Amino acid sequence: MYNGGKIIAGLIIFIGLFTFPIFYNMGKASKMPEPKLDTPAIKELPEAERKCVESKEYMKANHMQLLDEWRDLVLRDGNLVYESTSGKKYIMSLQNTCMHCHSNKKEFCDKCHTYANVKPYCWSCHISPKENET
Amino acid sequence: MSINRRNFLKFAGASTLIGVTGTAVIEKILLTDAEAAVSPGSEALTAKRWAMVIDVSKIKTEDDYKKIIHACHSIHNVPDIGNKKDEVKWIWEEDYEHSFPGVSDEFVPESIEHKSFLLLCNHCAKPACVRVCPTKATFKRPDGIVAMDYHRCIGCRFCMAACPYGARSFNWRDPRPFIKEETKEFPTRMKGVVEKCTFCSERLARGLKPACVEASNGALVFGDLEDPNSEVRKALSAHYTLRRKPEVGTAPSVYYVIGGNEHA
Repeated sequence: MYNGGKIIAGLIIFIGLFTFPIFYNMGKASKMPEPKLDTPAIKELPEAERKCVESKEYMKANHMQLLDEWRDLVLRDGNLVYESTSGKKYIMSLQNTCMHCHSNKKEFCDKCHTYANVKPYCWSCHISPKENET
Repeated sequence: MSINRRNFLKFAGASTLIGVTGTAVIEKILLTDAEAAVSPGSEALTAKRWAMVIDVSKIKTEDDYKKIIHACHSIHNVPDIGNKKDEVKWIWEEDYEHSFPGVSDEFVPESIEHKSFLLLCNHCAKPACVRVCPTKATFKRPDGIVAMDYHRCIGCRFCMAACPYGARSFNWRDPRPFIKEETKEFPTRMKGVVEKCTFCSERLARGLKPACVEASNGALVFGDLEDPNSEVRKALSAHYTLRRKPEVGTAPSVYYVIGGNEHA
């Protein structure tokens, strides 16, 4: 092999540079954020009623599908009231129902969305609550 | 294991049958489940075809017009951009000649000729805008309201070209900085979508009449066109009315009482 030494040295340097970010950031994974639930509206609720429209696990995994379904149910099919699996009734509205309790968009929505690098465009039209406390 | 032709055909037939009926049954169960959980709400006002009658003679002063327009634009976060080119409007004033171009006779009473008319989306029974929308962002609801789904609007403006009434406005720029009184209960729009009057479908769902009707002191009447006892039908049988450009065949649902009380 002509210039074998140089090629191998070059390859080693290249691989070193190329994989540098992986080694550099190893073990430094940022912690998964915990959305905050300590808004005034939630605190006011008695302990037993401190529940979202569906279970926490369901909302964590499926809130985007739920919101998408709500959007079509309200806007296209003219519905307003959602009966959850617990039998409680809610008005389907992101701005008026969801954000009434979760008035802390920055700490509740954005934290995880930034972490997961998803950029939902809800807020280019829907008005997010004014956040004075943060 | 070998299989003869007879058994193969039996097996194929049976599995097709299971496949077809099975999916239909499952879909039926899933769909009814989803529909059972939601409802329009007990307060909702319903109709077969919503319509409006505007008694022009009852809107007299400039303040009357302003009050009605403001009632609508303030609760729907309609921006006031301040120039004609970028203007966004849901309900607005227009002169006689441009409101009723087909009926501009040579000699009309001056009081009519120089009057302003309140114009808004006509919520046509045969809406041209709905026919041309490539994404079904604008659609006709079963109650006759021509609604907009801004989530789907791609801003092609076909609907604006199709609408014979100029009832649609395009957001050439981000409307947010131009909204003077922001209403928290209603969304804004974003740059690049078309917007228009919704006949206050969000208020009807909560049992309220449209904001313009409420602010009009009885000049605007709202009701079900297919109910002979509704307010609009009573107004229509008591007065001779005009509709804007009926000749284009869109069957508009907004009627104008021109003569007013003295002829009734």
